[in-house]
Amino acid sequence: MSDTPLLRVRGLTHLYGRAVACRDVGFDLWPGEVLGIVGESGAGKTTLLKCLSAQLVPTHGTVEYDTRDRGLVDIFAALSEPERRMLLRTDWGIVHQNPRDGLRMAVSAGGNVGERLMAVGARHYGNIRREVLDWFDRVELNRDRIDDRPDGFSGGMQQRVQIARNLISRPRLLFLDEPTGGLDVSVQARLLDLLRRLVAETGVAAVVVTHDLGVVRLLAHRLMVMRGGEVVEHGLTDQVLDDPQHPYSQLLVSSILQV
Amino acid sequence: MSDDTLTLPPREDASTAAAAGAAGRLSGYNFAYLDEQTKRMIRRALLKAIAIPGYQVPFGSREMPLPYGWGTGGIQVTASVIGPDDVLKVIDQGADDTTNAVSIRKFFARTAGVATTERTTEATLIQTRHRIPETPLKEGQILVYQVPIPEPLRWLEPRETETRRMHALAEYGVMQVKLYEDIARYGRIATAYNYPVRVNGRYIMAPSPIPKFDNPKMHRNPAIQLFGAGRERRIYAVPPYTAVESLDFEDHPFAVERWDQACALCGATDSFLDEIVTDDAGGRMFLCSDTDHCAERRRSRGADAQEGTT
Amino acid sequence: MRETTDVPKPDAAAPLIEVRGLSKTFCLHVQGGTRIPVFDGIDLAVHPGECLALVGESGTGKSTLMRSIYANYRPGGGRILVRHRGRIVDMASAEPREILEVRRHSMGYVSQFLRVVPRVAAEHIVAEPLRMTGVGETEALERARAMLARLRIPERLWRLAPATFSGGEQQRVNIARGFVVGFPILLLDEPTAALDAANRRVVIELIAEAKARGSAIVGIFHDREVRDAVADRLFELNPGKEAAAA
Repeated sequence: MSDTPLLRVRGLTHLYGRAVACRDVGFDLWPGEVLGIVGESGAGKTTLLKCLSAQLVPTHGTVEYDTRDRGLVDIFAALSEPERRMLLRTDWGIVHQNPRDGLRMAVSAGGNVGERLMAVGARHYGNIRREVLDWFDRVELNRDRIDDRPDGFSGGMQQRVQIARNLISRPRLLFLDEPTGGLDVSVQARLLDLLRRLVAETGVAAVVVTHDLGVVRLLAHRLMVMRGGEVVEHGLTDQVLDDPQHPYSQLLVSSILQV
Repeated sequence: MSDDTLTLPPREDASTAAAAGAAGRLSGYNFAYLDEQTKRMIRRALLKAIAIPGYQVPFGSREMPLPYGWGTGGIQVTASVIGPDDVLKVIDQGADDTTNAVSIRKFFARTAGVATTERTTEATLIQTRHRIPETPLKEGQILVYQVPIPEPLRWLEPRETETRRMHALAEYGVMQVKLYEDIARYGRIATAYNYPVRVNGRYIMAPSPIPKFDNPKMHRNPAIQLFGAGRERRIYAVPPYTAVESLDFEDHPFAVERWDQACALCGATDSFLDEIVTDDAGGRMFLCSDTDHCAERRRSRGADAQEGTT
Repeated sequence: MRETTDVPKPDAAAPLIEVRGLSKTFCLHVQGGTRIPVFDGIDLAVHPGECLALVGESGTGKSTLMRSIYANYRPGGGRILVRHRGRIVDMASAEPREILEVRRHSMGYVSQFLRVVPRVAAEHIVAEPLRMTGVGETEALERARAMLARLRIPERLWRLAPATFSGGEQQRVNIARGFVVGFPILLLDEPTAALDAANRRVVIELIAEAKARGSAIVGIFHDREVRDAVADRLFELNPGKEAAAA
């Protein structure tokens, strides 16, 4: 096991004016680990995710990432904006809840998936296309749709394009915000299964924000329960779900209907 | 310095240096129409543009006596750099005799009193809409392009804030995506004009709607190339001998247009040809778009022909 | 994050599992703060090649104890020392990633219920633990299929997701998953609950083979026949009182 965590978070706090969105969040994330963050709406999960993924500068606290060339660096203090944006395009991936936020609707699905390659200098059309098609297979998209625009795709298919678009650059860390939100239950199940398989195959680490405990049960190794901006419990997913200690965790778990 | 007219009818607005002196200028207007403060502002923008090849410099575009979309940017740039000893040529799609070219040339003849010409070789300052002259330019010449949309990334990103950031951070993956989309849809890069280029290895620039045929002419050109977009309020420039490379893919390299016909008038096989419909029965002919180039070729062929027969 | 307490160094004849002073009380905040004590002061050890059967009436905490060893439940106090790749890990206080490591390589758990993963074929469910130890896809599938065959699951079911299998078939997929890797430590919670005689015999064989390999096994066997066939020692849990080893 390596001694350096992939992501080290300490004292992460974000305020909107005087309203506390998240307070004093800290954890280490190791390569290949999936961390789930659950809680009700307004618990601060999305704000936390935005701070972690450099989309928002937190009011207090640090987020350190183990870069390929410089080791653990503070992503806000030690990286310039171009470096952060480069990180977001290569080593990191973000899968948005709404595919429209993560895709270019005016560009074909193939163009969307291949963009990251072209952004870092890929200049051979044939090779790019081959790699894109390979990823279409891996996310179980029909190859015939490569030149179609994503606005004609179903929600589940749009999410698959988003996933391929991010994974093609072999990121080491993936941020997912409600990846199955708004999808039909059967579509959710297939997408989760795909994510599970890809995470295992690629060894990517991930932070998944969701209000759906079924998603974390399936995807996450570790779980953080948030309420009112605070982390009330964290530990192994199966432990937190099967033996919740905090009153709020117990409430959350007992609220799921067992079908 | 009179122009020859071997087989062509005389041009109506041909003028000589002597005829257009201070006496020919409109009274009540500053030299070249713009006030000196405006010229100073535009010159500062031009200097900045020259210092950062391909970078779009915002400038305070003025109201000009012609509407947006008719070359106000080009006119403002020309007005800022033109001097009384300059010889001005104005072309529109390669021709000196279209309405726009005629109007703009008259405008400067009247407000600056400068000499004008149709011959590329004689001009010191050339304002152009959508073509680069076929005749190679020389050091000391200035080419002013009229630009409708200066932002090459606008097709994908409507936000100015975002495109500025993309240029600042050289995030140009999307430009390559555009070319990818062309190949995916048409089997080849279908962009035929306003073909994106990389200037000095750094900024991606919209060269204005010149045909891609003309792109290679921009590369390491001895002349100064200035670009003015009046409606969008941007100026950019390519200093002499600067690298200008058209974007492409390794397996789909940049290539210019080719015709399987020669110019019907002068026989040129290496110039950009316009297709002219001649009758209702589908008859057509191809002519050089650059009228001066064509006329020059015919002149020299005519001279050769005369010499040849003697 | 909890600090790992000082743990002793391992030696060859030492137990693979050692529980010291383990206690567990459930506190149900959702039900007005009701406290349910399960056990207190549990000490036990399981050596290589040994099978320890947990016995006691229902509600005495057999499953709870097993889940605590697996770190699925969090004990209130005490230590759970397991041997993992030449060192000792305290499952009660280790970091999540250490626990995951132990579960991946050293400790298997066969529960009563197969948590159904949507759409994944039985053979892949069984192959997964092998994949997680680094075995290649082809070999993992081969070994998974061999195990399914051994447990007499018809081949036509291998490529199907177990959601529609019978209780006994699901149970056998669970067992296959638990035994395919050859873990040094195995926790078996009612492994033969839904099985017929023929299949029970296969499970007994698998347990015997694991013991012969040097694995330590902790099991809950409702079936006396199976228990008598595999258990070397019994550990009895009594309600509310300190448990005693038999």
